[in-house]
Amino acid sequence: MKNKSLSFWLFMTPTLVALALVVFVPFVYGFIYSFSDWNGLHATEFLGLDHYVNLIQSENFLSAIWFTIKFAVVSIVLVNVIGLGLALLVTQHLKVSNLFRTVFFMPNLIGGLILGFIWQFIFVSAFDSAGRLLGWEFLQGWLADPTTGFWGLVILNAWQYSGYIMIIYIAYLEAVPKELIEAADIDGANPFQRFWKVTFPLVAPAFTISMFLTLSNAFKMYDQNLALTGGGPFKSTEMIAMDIYNTAFSENNMAFAQAKAVVFFILVAAVALTQVYYNKKREVDL
Amino acid sequence: MKQKKRNRLILTITGIFLTLLWISPFYLMFTNAFKMKSDIFTNIIGLPKEWTFENFQQAFIDLDFVNSFMNSVIVSVLSVGLLIIFSSMAGYALARNTSKLSGVIFLIFVAAMLIPFQSVMIPLVSIFGQADMLNRSGLIFMYLGFGASLSIFLYHGAMTGISKSLDEAAIIDGANRWQLFWKIIFPMLKPISVTVMILNLIWIWNDYLLPSLVLNAEEATIPLKMFFFFGQYTKQWHLALAGLAIAVIPVIIIYFFAQKHIIKGVSEGAVK
Repeated sequence: MKNKSLSFWLFMTPTLVALALVVFVPFVYGFIYSFSDWNGLHATEFLGLDHYVNLIQSENFLSAIWFTIKFAVVSIVLVNVIGLGLALLVTQHLKVSNLFRTVFFMPNLIGGLILGFIWQFIFVSAFDSAGRLLGWEFLQGWLADPTTGFWGLVILNAWQYSGYIMIIYIAYLEAVPKELIEAADIDGANPFQRFWKVTFPLVAPAFTISMFLTLSNAFKMYDQNLALTGGGPFKSTEMIAMDIYNTAFSENNMAFAQAKAVVFFILVAAVALTQVYYNKKREVDL
Repeated sequence: MKQKKRNRLILTITGIFLTLLWISPFYLMFTNAFKMKSDIFTNIIGLPKEWTFENFQQAFIDLDFVNSFMNSVIVSVLSVGLLIIFSSMAGYALARNTSKLSGVIFLIFVAAMLIPFQSVMIPLVSIFGQADMLNRSGLIFMYLGFGASLSIFLYHGAMTGISKSLDEAAIIDGANRWQLFWKIIFPMLKPISVTVMILNLIWIWNDYLLPSLVLNAEEATIPLKMFFFFGQYTKQWHLALAGLAIAVIPVIIIYFFAQKHIIKGVSEGAVK
């Protein structure tokens, strides 16, 4: 198909137009207006870097970034460790492996909003009555303070996303040649060595993908945040995505929110690109 | 041998324990949805003392479930249908055109995946609002724009497995590009179309934020309706849980029928 050929452009037009109007035009438009006093419809004044300067001093925004980073770091570790553990369990060819896999993945088919509401019930009501029954105080009053709000989000995310990451590890684990494992076995390697020295390096590409997915998922999280804690108490569990939303649609501060959105893009893109770069460097090719 | 058997038994038991742990949130949701209000307070973990369907009846009405379900179906089916049609066309065109420009366009689609939704959300709502497109058609068009990148990427990858000689043979036989694509190439892309369908369906069916910015009350999809419903029944867990259960049941039913395809699709989509 040639460039100039009509058919090439006919085949490309629908998606190109949609991508341009839905992603690129708003992206550029938003970037430009983040330097003005834009109110969502009109801008009258060019403000230069004003919003960006305010943003560095905005306590809400900084605490949202910090909260998101903490959440992302804990999530990456937990989700990948649990996800890999589940994948190893499911690939042992047990009679019930299929059932295990089905159940571990199930939360991912249901929207974050609904999952957040279900877990709100568990943390607030079920934890509370279990705490009363057992006399364990630490189970009471969940989601009412920043710490339990944080761990609530972490638990929900680990429960939901480990099953997703498990699927990726399974794909790579199943691609590891059996002969390699057997050869190591014959050479006298114990199961731990077999995993660490043979399987692990071959599964390295799965880490690239999984860490990237976990990280970007944690950074962009909104639905679960909204449904589980709503950002409360007093905005203490608000993540970046929610802070942007609230600045724009609750406080009606469009240009300032858009400046946050631009910074958010830079964060997400930088993290993603670095991650891919570093992981690519140490992958072992099969 | 004995040791091996014992190890497998330990693994199986660990697995069963974890499986029970994993479904416990659903267990709590379903059992408590059948309880009376007072029963939830005193007996949260056990089965209902007295099973009641009243919560479900009330939640079903308050969620306007038939309507919101149909709204979700309309949006999801149309969006996913358009995504399959237009992304497969673009993936094919990009794979068969080896020029520099084609490579650049492909890179632009891939780069768009780096842009998080919140970065374009505010201007998107503003622009579509000014064009009077904050409605269902606008939403479907937006899903085409947001979903195209990954879908094209997957179709583009699948095209490498389809020989160019097929194109040439069909052209010699007098077919034009349009006929060639739909009669010969598209049917061969069926496995990847299933993957594209599943990935987009999961995402669009469950999406809350975008519809909340775009749709009016009559067009509300399930997640949107759920948000208002839940807000109305804070602390009335018997009703709230019944509503959540109603939304979860259709998804779980479909999952148990199509789980092989779904897990395969997710795996392919993520690994590529």
